[in-house]
Amino acid sequence: MDAKYARRRHTNTVAMTLCWGAALFGISWLAFILVALLWNGVAGLNIAVFTEVTPGPGSTGGGLLNAIVGSLIMTTIGVAIGTPIGMLAGTYMAEYGRYAKLTKVVRFINDILLSAPSIIIGLFIYEAVVVPLGHFSALAGSLALAVIVIPVVVRTTEDMLLLVPNTLREASIALGMPRAYMIMRVAYSAARAGIVTGVLLAIARASGETAPLLFTALSSPFLSLDLGKEMANLPVIINNFAGSPYENWRQLAWTGALLITLAVLTLSVGARVLTRQGAQK
Amino acid sequence: MTDMTVEADVSSSEAAPDRASALRFLKMSDRAFHWMTFLAAVFVLALLGAIIVSLIVGASPALSTFGFGFVVNERWSPSREIFGALAPIYGTIVTSIIAMLIAVPVGLGIAIFLTELCPMALRRPFGVAIELLAGVPSIIYGIWGFFVLAPLLKETLQPALIDIFEHVPLLNALFAGPAYGIGMLTAGLILAIMILPFITAVSRDVFQTVPPVLKEAAFGVGCTTWEVVGNIVIPFTRVGLVGGVMLALGRALGETMAVTFVIGNSHNISASILAPATTISASIANEFQEASAGLYTSSLVALGLLLFVITFLVLSAARLMLMRIERKTGG
Repeated sequence: MDAKYARRRHTNTVAMTLCWGAALFGISWLAFILVALLWNGVAGLNIAVFTEVTPGPGSTGGGLLNAIVGSLIMTTIGVAIGTPIGMLAGTYMAEYGRYAKLTKVVRFINDILLSAPSIIIGLFIYEAVVVPLGHFSALAGSLALAVIVIPVVVRTTEDMLLLVPNTLREASIALGMPRAYMIMRVAYSAARAGIVTGVLLAIARASGETAPLLFTALSSPFLSLDLGKEMANLPVIINNFAGSPYENWRQLAWTGALLITLAVLTLSVGARVLTRQGAQK
Repeated sequence: MTDMTVEADVSSSEAAPDRASALRFLKMSDRAFHWMTFLAAVFVLALLGAIIVSLIVGASPALSTFGFGFVVNERWSPSREIFGALAPIYGTIVTSIIAMLIAVPVGLGIAIFLTELCPMALRRPFGVAIELLAGVPSIIYGIWGFFVLAPLLKETLQPALIDIFEHVPLLNALFAGPAYGIGMLTAGLILAIMILPFITAVSRDVFQTVPPVLKEAAFGVGCTTWEVVGNIVIPFTRVGLVGGVMLALGRALGETMAVTFVIGNSHNISASILAPATTISASIANEFQEASAGLYTSSLVALGLLLFVITFLVLSAARLMLMRIERKTGG
């Protein structure tokens, strides 16, 4: 009896030590990545990164201005296209068609889109936009990012609207408000923090995506604002520069990676703070 | 809200036609909004349909040329226009298996740590940190793997593995040299690190669905923490865990940027996991820009279609399982 008890205690100690070990193991790898990123990224951080365009092969110096501008433009357009569509679809699922069959199907398909490999979305936009137009363009890149944004926004909008208490809806309907006005003035206001969180997360997701831009927006060594042409962007520049033989290109790749990570982490933390404020209210 | 009521009052006191037209306007805009939301929902469905159709259209030249042989042929020779997908399929499966073998036990261990062992004050910050890491873009893992992990493995782990297993039959084929640094093992490791936060976050969430009463009862009859986890928590959350793991598998299968840098892009099937190889997504990312139009591009799109079919099946299974556990906790 005692031996059996000792063995059980022993097994427990071993298993729990392993769990501690797993936590330390996981955390140390992730810390390793972040430290390497900070260490290598900060080394190249200077004012030229934000004021000069990417250097040509073999030249010295240079910055990431065209890539930063391109990323901002394409992410903005992608989010501007994706957010309204995503919000409307989420609204249908939570408000008009809450018990409809269509909602169940859309929810399932949307979850698939949410985790589908992003390179597939790049191929899709290549076939659907780049091939018919005959050339790569920033517009194609923005559309690819919009396809990334839509499922994220659909998901959060639906989830957040489902949290709005029905009594609020009933109260405003009872005052004679048409349903559309009830949704826009009451349901949206009540779910505002959550929906904004979803949009922030979608921006974070879109700004780090590389694969869909590889063969839609391509890249460009110039500062370009023309949506019909190829446009530089941070992820693709990182991808192209990291494998290059030039020291300054590799340094810029690290610095670009640091900038993206900082942007994504800031957006995610912002989203988290907003959700908590919403919850407290 | 208030201004609308006032508006209605004014129109009723002045003239009836105004009231009727205001009501008609409200009715119309309500209907228009309903239609807009409906169309947006249908658009999401159409989007998936469009993705499938465009992939099939793009892949059809390659599929009609090579037929089923596309999936079982190992040869990938752009200069002779012979394309077979077996090597990328093999690389995708092997790297994903390596990643899952590492990430699932470690991820579960961290989730158990977070729900059972971690001091209360640390649980929230720890959990938040893991969720933030799950959102770090995959290209970050890619360049870290390329600049830091691959050289490190080349110097340390890989020579050690080759030495240790040199005279062990079977295993010496699995760990045959030379140590390149890049290769399937490195790619699998990076994938593991990348999906680790994801597995941890999902399994922590499903662990938290276990009613405390069940756990308290088990502790009450004298179970150790490990016995509670093994006999109560894991059986109770089994379906959700499998769903979460398959969701992570879907990510590992389709991951592009983290793998492309360190896989080596070689269309050879090698028994050694230290050898360079390629995956479906890495082939597309590496070769698409320079591929000549026609059969080459079409073959790469066909690879994409294949990847989409595989991940679609895995993700659907995962979602169905997760839906089952949601229903259980909901009802």
